[in-house]
Amino acid sequence: MTVLASRKPSRLAPWEERPSPVGRLGKGSLITLIVVVILGPLYTILLTSLSSAATVNRAGGLVLVPEGITFEAYEQIFSDTVVSRAILVSTGVTVVGTLISAGVSILGAYSLSRPGSFLHRPLLFSVLLMFVFFPGIIPVYLMVSGLGLKDSYWSLILPTAVSAFNVVVLRSFFMSIPGEVLDSARIDGAGEFRILWRIVLPMSKAVTAVVAMFYAVGYWNAWFNAMLYIDDTRKWPLALILRQYVVDSNPLPSATAGVTGDAPPTLAIKMAIVVIAVIPALIIYPFVQRHFTKGVIVGAVKG
Amino acid sequence: MGVTTARRTARHPLSVAAKPHELTWRAKLRRDWPLLVMNLPMLLLVLAFWWIPALGNVIAFQDYNPYTDGIAGSPIIGFTNFALLFQDPQFLRAIANTLSITAFQLVFYFPVPIMLALLLNSIVSARLRAFVQGVVYMPFFFSWVLVIAIFQQMFGGAGLLAQILREHGHQGVDWMTSSDTFILLITSQTVWKDAGWGAIIFLAALSTIDPNLYEAAAVDGARRWRRMWHITLPGLRPVIVLLLILRLGDALNVGFEQFMLQRSAVGSEASEVFDTFVYWSGLRTGDLGYGAAAGLFKGLVGLLLIVAANRVAHAFGERGVYSRS
Repeated sequence: MTVLASRKPSRLAPWEERPSPVGRLGKGSLITLIVVVILGPLYTILLTSLSSAATVNRAGGLVLVPEGITFEAYEQIFSDTVVSRAILVSTGVTVVGTLISAGVSILGAYSLSRPGSFLHRPLLFSVLLMFVFFPGIIPVYLMVSGLGLKDSYWSLILPTAVSAFNVVVLRSFFMSIPGEVLDSARIDGAGEFRILWRIVLPMSKAVTAVVAMFYAVGYWNAWFNAMLYIDDTRKWPLALILRQYVVDSNPLPSATAGVTGDAPPTLAIKMAIVVIAVIPALIIYPFVQRHFTKGVIVGAVKG
Repeated sequence: MGVTTARRTARHPLSVAAKPHELTWRAKLRRDWPLLVMNLPMLLLVLAFWWIPALGNVIAFQDYNPYTDGIAGSPIIGFTNFALLFQDPQFLRAIANTLSITAFQLVFYFPVPIMLALLLNSIVSARLRAFVQGVVYMPFFFSWVLVIAIFQQMFGGAGLLAQILREHGHQGVDWMTSSDTFILLITSQTVWKDAGWGAIIFLAALSTIDPNLYEAAAVDGARRWRRMWHITLPGLRPVIVLLLILRLGDALNVGFEQFMLQRSAVGSEASEVFDTFVYWSGLRTGDLGYGAAAGLFKGLVGLLLIVAANRVAHAFGERGVYSRS
């Protein structure tokens, strides 16, 4: 805080008065508080997941002071078939789902970015309807079971594969590309697929990255589809394990699950699962963060 | 297309210069078939998981039996399911809970992203600002399961707060299972998870305010707070009004997972909302027609609200929901 208070005002305009020390102290503490409220829980959860059972016992719960880092909990998770299977399932669904969603959305958004083309209006309308009306959980459930997708990994991907919002964000970005660029490629003999692949996509890297990340985070976090459609516990994604095991504190479903099958999960193991669930978002996040303003706001605010 | 004269297009209806509406559909199809091929995968998904289920809502008007009759064979019973809904105390409670949660969050959540954006915008150092922004956006990318797990570790019966209280000889508390404070709990979860992300749109609006206005006001003798009152807030007004209207149009959607996940801990009394009602009355008890009726009711009321909200937005001179298109 003292650093904050003594720092020279760098971006202040010449006419701007210096804020009072009380004001700066107030603002500094507010910012510190916000950062601590968000990072604090993550810190203690990470630390607990890295502690031995004895340390956790001595602390009486979550660990606040580091003391002998150990990877015991993670070793147990990865030797446990149920949890490591769930990690695999979540990873697979995220990768395959993101590829499908991003591909379908890019193709769809590009085809809708050309006003006046054949069937343009009804096709656009069919996407926009998804904004204002949701058919309901039960009809969608009946459709998924009618297609025989219950207990199939496809049920975790297909029902939520297209997000109208993402399609519209992509479409409005594609429409902002000057028509002359596309026309000149057309004159040179390029077809629509080549134009999309060679010209439009390279020009829209930022927005594509953001949309792909939204899809990826969505698939990794998804829990409701799995709860509805997956009865076979061996096909559960990580989010469902998190719910059963961490939120509801139930023992893990399978008795053959090795270490965790008979004994209730220890706090360190629970926290290690939480950490594993957080990590992918944190890995992609820094790469995409700089595109947020460019990618999202263009689509959301300007339309 | 710009220099085309009427005579030229009349003589060459299929030329590049022709206006789109002057082409026959055959010519358009010949020109645009690659676009249709591109649209096909999305169209199939929308058909399978939007149009057909939307039509499948017909079971709300049936005494639907999935095992013996199916949609074609189940008898039509008209509005009986809907009539039953409005006699169901559980359903009425779901409506009441949904609306009170919307109202509560409108007062206690809605202003938070605005204040956060003002705070972020006022950070002078660019590096500190980028760091704080990075931190406050982050929880948006966590799943609800994760957020609830984290809250449980902080405020639950065995959580950090109870642990610290016990160490100091007090009684432990458990905020995660109390139905009295549930509305506070979910609102603070929403603030923790979404407020930072919600600030983005206001930050964007702030960046479009002309800096000359501030200087002019300063020259006229307006100090910090007066400048905020007379320039910053009026600059944000269009976005605030728009989001407020959109939120009202979205009144029936209070977030599903949050309630589903905590329903068993706090009981249905406080946590039953529209979507959880549909799930429990329809899928869990197997009365699919009844649940579909509740879902359809919610969908139609939501549709009306959005259309109405959009009208209001247009009346305020905003572009409304459809501006996202």
